[in-house]
Amino acid sequence: MATAATNNRFPSATAETAPEAVVVRFAGDSGDGMQLTGGQFTLSTALAGNDLATFPDFPAEIRAPQGTLFGVSAFQINFGSTDITTAGDAPDILIAMNPAALKMNVHDLKPGGLVIADSGEFTERNLAKAKFDANPLEDGYLSRWQVLSFDISALTLESVKPFGLGNKEALRCKNMWTLGLALWLFDRSRQPIVDWLKAKFAKNPVLADANIAALNAGHAYGETAELSVPVKQLHVAPAVHPEGLYRTITGAESISLGLVAGAQLAGLPMFFGGYPITPASAILHHLTRLKEYGVTTFQAEDEIAAIAAAIGASYAGQLGVTSSSGPGIALKTEAMGLAIMTELPLVIVNSQRGGPSTGLPTKTEQSDLYQAVYGRNGDSPLAVIAARSPADAFDCAIEACRIATQYMVPVILLTDGYIANAAEPWRVPDMASYAPFPVQFLETVPEGGLKAYARDEKLARPWIKPGTPGLMHRIGGIEKEVNTGHINYAPANHQAMTEIRRDKVLGIAKGIRQEVALGNESGKLAVVGWGSTFGPIHQAVRRVRAKGHDVAHIHVRHIWPLPENLGDLLKGYDKILVPEMNTGQFKTVLRDQYLVDARPLNKISGQPFRIAEIEAAIEGMLT
Amino acid sequence: MNDMTTIAKTRVETTVKDWETDQEVRWCPGCGDYAILKAVQRTLAEVGADPKNTAFVSGIGCSSRFPYYIESYGFHTIHGRAPAVATGVKLANPELDVWIITGDGDALSIGGNHTMHVLRRNLDCQILLFNNEIYGLTKGQYSPTSREGTRSPSTPFGSVDRPAKPCAFALGSGARFVGRGFDVSKNLPDVLKAAYAHQGAAFVEIFQNCIVYNKDVFNDFAAPKGAEDRQLWLKDGEPMLFGSDKTGGVKGLKLNLDHLHLEVVDVADGDWQAAGVLVHDVKNRAVAHMLIEMPFGEFPMALGVLYDDPRPSFEQAVVAQNAQLSAGKTPDLQKLVAKGETWTVSGGAQTDAAEAGSAGSGPAL
Repeated sequence: MATAATNNRFPSATAETAPEAVVVRFAGDSGDGMQLTGGQFTLSTALAGNDLATFPDFPAEIRAPQGTLFGVSAFQINFGSTDITTAGDAPDILIAMNPAALKMNVHDLKPGGLVIADSGEFTERNLAKAKFDANPLEDGYLSRWQVLSFDISALTLESVKPFGLGNKEALRCKNMWTLGLALWLFDRSRQPIVDWLKAKFAKNPVLADANIAALNAGHAYGETAELSVPVKQLHVAPAVHPEGLYRTITGAESISLGLVAGAQLAGLPMFFGGYPITPASAILHHLTRLKEYGVTTFQAEDEIAAIAAAIGASYAGQLGVTSSSGPGIALKTEAMGLAIMTELPLVIVNSQRGGPSTGLPTKTEQSDLYQAVYGRNGDSPLAVIAARSPADAFDCAIEACRIATQYMVPVILLTDGYIANAAEPWRVPDMASYAPFPVQFLETVPEGGLKAYARDEKLARPWIKPGTPGLMHRIGGIEKEVNTGHINYAPANHQAMTEIRRDKVLGIAKGIRQEVALGNESGKLAVVGWGSTFGPIHQAVRRVRAKGHDVAHIHVRHIWPLPENLGDLLKGYDKILVPEMNTGQFKTVLRDQYLVDARPLNKISGQPFRIAEIEAAIEGMLT
Repeated sequence: MNDMTTIAKTRVETTVKDWETDQEVRWCPGCGDYAILKAVQRTLAEVGADPKNTAFVSGIGCSSRFPYYIESYGFHTIHGRAPAVATGVKLANPELDVWIITGDGDALSIGGNHTMHVLRRNLDCQILLFNNEIYGLTKGQYSPTSREGTRSPSTPFGSVDRPAKPCAFALGSGARFVGRGFDVSKNLPDVLKAAYAHQGAAFVEIFQNCIVYNKDVFNDFAAPKGAEDRQLWLKDGEPMLFGSDKTGGVKGLKLNLDHLHLEVVDVADGDWQAAGVLVHDVKNRAVAHMLIEMPFGEFPMALGVLYDDPRPSFEQAVVAQNAQLSAGKTPDLQKLVAKGETWTVSGGAQTDAAEAGSAGSGPAL
């Protein structure tokens, strides 16, 4: 059944060549369950102690027409015994469930890499849909790679026969069969998947059993040397991590948990207003299950209502939070101005995606930085922070809650589609190590009477909950009078209030120091990044440093205001390179703020940077 | 009036004066808003509302300046979004009495979506829609409730689109309370009191005279002269009668059973039963629709409480579900962050916490 590979360049794992890291990509029809397969493989990989990073890449259509090129869904995982910070450049192994998946992905595969294909899907019809004139499994199309092909569809049907499923349902178990094979290939435990299947299909034990049977059959297929090529089991040694308890986490999960933690550290119930949008909805889904943590979630009628309700909840004394992606954030803009004017705490999470307009809903981009920092009418400053990875997003969410409540100001937390969907191991934090920042509401009339826009040392105004006796007052979007908060249109007052709002936000930078992620605090070249480009920048800088070059990696979390020492730090380097998944937005901010010659490296393809791309740019700047 | 009231509000004794702020009221002299402000302040004192537990939330427009003039908590928000802000306020603190102040443009044009959804969800609040059939604050453009042919700066040759009917919109959106009054009517506080007593979203359309841009547009029924012939003030359990012997006879509304529409009938010698006049039932949704849709002229203007049939409110359902799903669970952040499949790393080597370890147990390669 299996087709012999044409060559043997794929590194068979021997004691000498045991790989440090392996990149595997699962690709199939968007209905084939590739994201599920990838997710479960991720879980078993994490449990095996490997460091890992994943990159789900799926089409915007929920069920694109079967077998077509645009309906291909892929999930890539990079795992290994070294510190993994990216989902990997080129896969070592491609699992292709149909001709379209093969066509869309095989050219990314490393030369000599392994293709595992379901020959049962390489029918004339599917070949035509994928625009193949001949069967690529047979005509030498794959001569650069090693190929294993067998009829996974037939093998799956056979394995689930005892359960009496219909043909369609039985074929749905294909992804579990494939997963079983992959688990065998990398010496992974099946037990977590078995437990997960039992829980998932608790109400339908037959489906659970069928899926488990398919999983076991795939595993057994690898084990019983039916394969006519010498694929040997690959064992990737566990990565060395700091001590502690670990789990895997996606960005959407860690932001949700971080928001809950942030609200608890502030001593506040949390109100989350959301409206469904890709890829931000997952945060709403997570939070709605955490009601016992004082979380109220509200699926509003639109993006504007979601933020408006969050502002209303903040006004009433809860921590208002809203979340969306670029187009939804655009709709929320006017309401952000209201929160700035009324000086209420608010956290706005933007899971960035490719734009403009509807753009690329399921692809990643960092192109909303201008929107976050500058994108409102009037002089309307707010704080902006950016998460660099799924694990980092937890701390960023807490930081957003801290700034919002301590400074009475809206905070935009930038993440992106890549972080939201990607998973990585996360050292479970010790919550006792986070300093609480409890909110003090104004509850009694201060000496000299109530001044709703009085200022503390951080320039924050008092937070007064409706229901408090003696402190009734009115606020709104019309310009406020300094101190009293009454309506005031006077020229000098507007000048003063605009400056206070600006200075309050700039004051957030006090005590926020920029560290160097890798390298020296001055030198030939600083590669400055923000957000989800952390992984590829870090690896690229590491590689170039290994070649003996004086390069540093600086990764900025506080986008606005910028850390207090960033300007001085940057001036210590001869050159500055700013890789971004946009046309150079952060580069412009850095140039504007510090008059430094920051050079852009831009990628706007909806795909994360490859390490090699950044490496080449660094080397180009060093010569 | 409202047998579904479950939260007993503590009555607080106040006077009209207690509800006045130190802010200078900045509406045009003679604006209908002044009369509505007085009616609301009187209502608040009469129902025993508690200023500290009262929040007025408004959008944008002349009417939306209202919160500045009420001595309570107030939030003057952005155009059209008051219902959404109010939803957050009420969900965050269900103890508050929430009043939404809006206008015809604010509630039915830019904020139509939020008006629909706050009514559909049935948030416990009072929604006062000041309908002056014009955009006042932006200097007189026609509005979504302006009558066909309205000449305005943006429609100098007359508007060509058909107006929205606020009460029909409200009822169609699922409102459980629909009332109607006009700025200078002495009955307005009664409608407001009924709205306050209603648990859930209470929608009140208040015809308001914009003396600058749409002067006396409601005079055909609101003018004192001939008012009894042109106004039908509805009272629950009482016959739908209007007119008087002095002005051409007492009349009533009858349901034409053959064609299922209302018709005006003469009532002789006070015998409304013989004339077949309908008795107003505030819980009759179908008749409420007919009363709202009656073309004025041929019919009087139906005013008062047109419909009042409470259902459990949105924030109560949210609070109940939050409580139910939190019951018996002790929030433990440390446990929460460690949820799911975990493994422990100790001294650089690893052991698998959740499962029999697979790491390092594979066959030698």
